[in-house]
Amino acid sequence: MRPDRPSVDELLEAVEEFLRDHAMPNLPGHLSFHARVAANVVGIARREFAQSDQIEADQSARLEAILGHEGELRALNRELCDNIREGRIALDDSALMDHLQKFAIEEIGVDNPRYSTYKKAMEEAG
Amino acid sequence: MAIADFEDNLALALSKYISSKAEMANLVRLTAGASQETWSFDAVVDGESRGLILRRPPRGVPESKERALRQKSEARIIRIAYEHGVLVPEIVFEAEPEDGIGVGFVMARIEGETLGTRINRDEMYAEMRNNLAYQCGAAAATVHKVPIDGLDFLETITPEETWERNWESYNKVFEEPSPVFEAAFRFLKERLPEQDRVTLVHGDYRNGNLMYGTDGLRSILDWEIVHIGDPMEDLAWICVNSWRFGNIDKPVGGFGQREDLFAGYEAQSGIKVDPERVRYYEIFGSLRWGVSCRGMAFTHLDGHDRSVERAAIGRRSSECEADLMILLGEAF
Repeated sequence: MRPDRPSVDELLEAVEEFLRDHAMPNLPGHLSFHARVAANVVGIARREFAQSDQIEADQSARLEAILGHEGELRALNRELCDNIREGRIALDDSALMDHLQKFAIEEIGVDNPRYSTYKKAMEEAG
Repeated sequence: MAIADFEDNLALALSKYISSKAEMANLVRLTAGASQETWSFDAVVDGESRGLILRRPPRGVPESKERALRQKSEARIIRIAYEHGVLVPEIVFEAEPEDGIGVGFVMARIEGETLGTRINRDEMYAEMRNNLAYQCGAAAATVHKVPIDGLDFLETITPEETWERNWESYNKVFEEPSPVFEAAFRFLKERLPEQDRVTLVHGDYRNGNLMYGTDGLRSILDWEIVHIGDPMEDLAWICVNSWRFGNIDKPVGGFGQREDLFAGYEAQSGIKVDPERVRYYEIFGSLRWGVSCRGMAFTHLDGHDRSVERAAIGRRSSECEADLMILLGEAF
């Protein structure tokens, strides 16, 4: 990745601002709505770029603790999902529930941090 | 079918079905959704104007035979519901193929608001909101009281079948499994309810498909996925967080409380609501919407209907994952 400015994030930020501040107010109804969605999509991409390394490291660590061995994130996730599907782990297992709660918050934090459930969780976490 | 032909044919249909003197005025297209087209117009007879709505698939052409049947069923069930005092518009006529307006039906136009955010926030609805959850409960009970004898044109869906269908869709559209959806599927499978009461179920009973005025609930819209099943599905679906439009602490549509919804239901039906069962179907509802969101992204991803809106909706399944974890957390 190019180390100098504008960074990828700064470029995407420019696109997001253009869509939100210029395209949205100047387009007719349906297209304006699509411009808003497009701005949100750029927001998802920016958050995913910024957060995915940390999220993947955290998820891998939690999965390794539950499954008791190391591995690549995708394979670990599939193994856990198989275990849930086949009934090899109790649904109320506290490590599983902890992982699922955190997983859900990580995903929504990238995809839509304005969603009510995320905002409420953040308020409760202080 | 060209638009000009469509307008002429619709005007002709009015003279055929309403009155030979009927003239058409003020034709406007209200929505151009992917699944439905809605047109509003007036039929004028001797200076008396009657507001009407035409519902039909895009351009009047159903994408499949099954879709055409569903359109017919929708008109039929609205007609039957109307006869049983459910808050629905009167069906005026169903178009025949020779009318040249496509597979559609015309019903009375009821004026009102359907935008969930307005219902939940506008000052003009503040007073009416106090009683709205109760009204929605009572109105759902009227749907569930429609006798199901003779409704064999509708599908009967058991909770197990709903589970199977969603499981199949989930496995198709999630290339990487989601541990949250996996846990929710297992939770629901292990607790499939006994079907002790089977009724007409609206199937999409939520804020957004209900029409309101300052006087309260006026009409129940969008009967596209009406079926025979467990009535508690309807009471649960209106509580799913996806339709609260940010008002997370008002579980009924973002405007009311469950106790009021249940009280209205019980008063109208005489049947006690089991909140646990409603909660079960609320989990089902979040799961179902989450799987649908991901599925809708595939109309974009497989090139069928490319749009940024379709692509983006695929990520909305995360909203349901977050809601599912609240619900599952409360269940244990």
